[in-house]
Amino acid sequence: MATTHNIAGMQAELEDDGRAPVVAVDNLHKTFGSHKVLNGISLSVNRGETLAVLGRSGTGKSVLLRLIIGLEKPDTGSIRIHGQAINGLALDQMSEIRKKMGFLFQHAALYDSLTVGENVTFPLAHHRREMSRSDRMNHVRQLLAEVGMERDIDKMPSDISGGMQKRVGLARALALEPEILLLDEPTAGLDPISSGEIDDLILKLQRERQMASIVVTHDLHSARTIADRLALLDKGNVVIEGEFEDLQDSDIGFVKEFLKQS
Amino acid sequence: MSDRGFTAVVGIDQPQEGRGDELFPSITGYVTGLANGFFEWFGSLGVFSWRVLKAAATRPFEWQEVIRQLDEVGSKSLPLVALAGAAVGVIISLDARFTLSRFGAKSMFPVTLVYSVIQVMGPMITGLVVSGRVGAGIGAELASMKVTEQIDAIEASAINPYRLLAATRILACILMLPLLTLAADTSGLLTGWFAQSLVEPLSFHQFISSGFSGATFNAFAPPTFKTAVYGLIIGLIACFEGMRTRGGAEGVGRAATNSVVLGSLFLILADVVLVKFILVVFP
Repeated sequence: MATTHNIAGMQAELEDDGRAPVVAVDNLHKTFGSHKVLNGISLSVNRGETLAVLGRSGTGKSVLLRLIIGLEKPDTGSIRIHGQAINGLALDQMSEIRKKMGFLFQHAALYDSLTVGENVTFPLAHHRREMSRSDRMNHVRQLLAEVGMERDIDKMPSDISGGMQKRVGLARALALEPEILLLDEPTAGLDPISSGEIDDLILKLQRERQMASIVVTHDLHSARTIADRLALLDKGNVVIEGEFEDLQDSDIGFVKEFLKQS
Repeated sequence: MSDRGFTAVVGIDQPQEGRGDELFPSITGYVTGLANGFFEWFGSLGVFSWRVLKAAATRPFEWQEVIRQLDEVGSKSLPLVALAGAAVGVIISLDARFTLSRFGAKSMFPVTLVYSVIQVMGPMITGLVVSGRVGAGIGAELASMKVTEQIDAIEASAINPYRLLAATRILACILMLPLLTLAADTSGLLTGWFAQSLVEPLSFHQFISSGFSGATFNAFAPPTFKTAVYGLIIGLIACFEGMRTRGGAEGVGRAATNSVVLGSLFLILADVVLVKFILVVFP
């Protein structure tokens, strides 16, 4: 027990120094039916760092994000958020950890019966009950202004484009001022201009907020723009992890093929 | 089979795609599959109920959402329930007059109508109408939220979806069913009396005093308040089917169908137990 406390204490100290990973995934396995999606994957992200997870479709990139935020349970392996293992936590305990995390879904997953403004207000209304209505609205307007959507505050999600929905999804993910940002295909399905705008927005937010971010994408250009490190997945495991130059210098056949096709 | 559970067992689910050799399974395999599906569905429902109960009993309470759902379940079902109750009143009136006349018991008409509407038809017709309107609505709404990842987004926002989506809807159904039953009863009695008075003049005062003569609390209150159990069944099954949906538009349709069919089926089955329970506890 004493050892556990010591380790936890050391981890907290490291974290305070900014050296301990904010998100640490170790030897993670996940199977759906007979399909093995993740096969012993290990990754970590530090404060203020952005990790891009790349790979072909169906290699478990999105599943990895869903595991980190606790929407799926791993078969084996551990996930630590700020040093705390999340495996086996009850829903309400997990909710406390999720308050420190923001998640942008691949298709934004906006609440279709609420307006743009109400979508962004939603987490605040539940977790910042002490905020006055006017403070909350000011905060929402500010968040929407950050993503360039303040003029569309009263529109319904069905009345705005896919790129705009992602911006609103990003504003909603930022509403609780998270320390960890998880982005699932933020530029998928967008035209090059919208993709560039989303990339710029993510970069700006990272500079201003110093969050630990994991971005799942198969857009190599976007990954190179926004990420400090890249991890390339194949068959449920990390083939290579490092800076873009490390991928370029790699002799691994799959890495060469991926870069060539991208 | 086990993937769909009870819904497949009762024959309201799409058959699973399978290999050729699965088209003609052995009888043992088929029976085992049915049993597995049956127990798996009830097991999942039990786990779901426990999660909802736990979420409902802990803070924060979602009162705003409860009020919204009370309006959704109550006010918006009222016209439909009142109309169905009115139709039932006329039907019972026509049938009762004919039958009672044959046995020379026309004077029993007010009592027959009052007891038939309040004890049997009012609660049942309210339950079935609400199961159709609200059950399908909740099932489809939650299923649509599930397949578009909106429920995941709620959970990712550190909000308990069992508390926000399920507990609030189930509570609204429990609270609203008895009130809607009163509306159906009132409307049924009014139209039943009106239909009778068109054929044979009968004052409303005479109808009421004769119909409710010798009426006790035990005769009318338990059948009305038992519909809270109907509300629990309708809400629980619709939320369960909606929140476990998979498979896009087809899944949404399946959830809506399952919510109505299973809700109505369990409501009728529960009534068998409730009627006996009321007879024993409130003689």
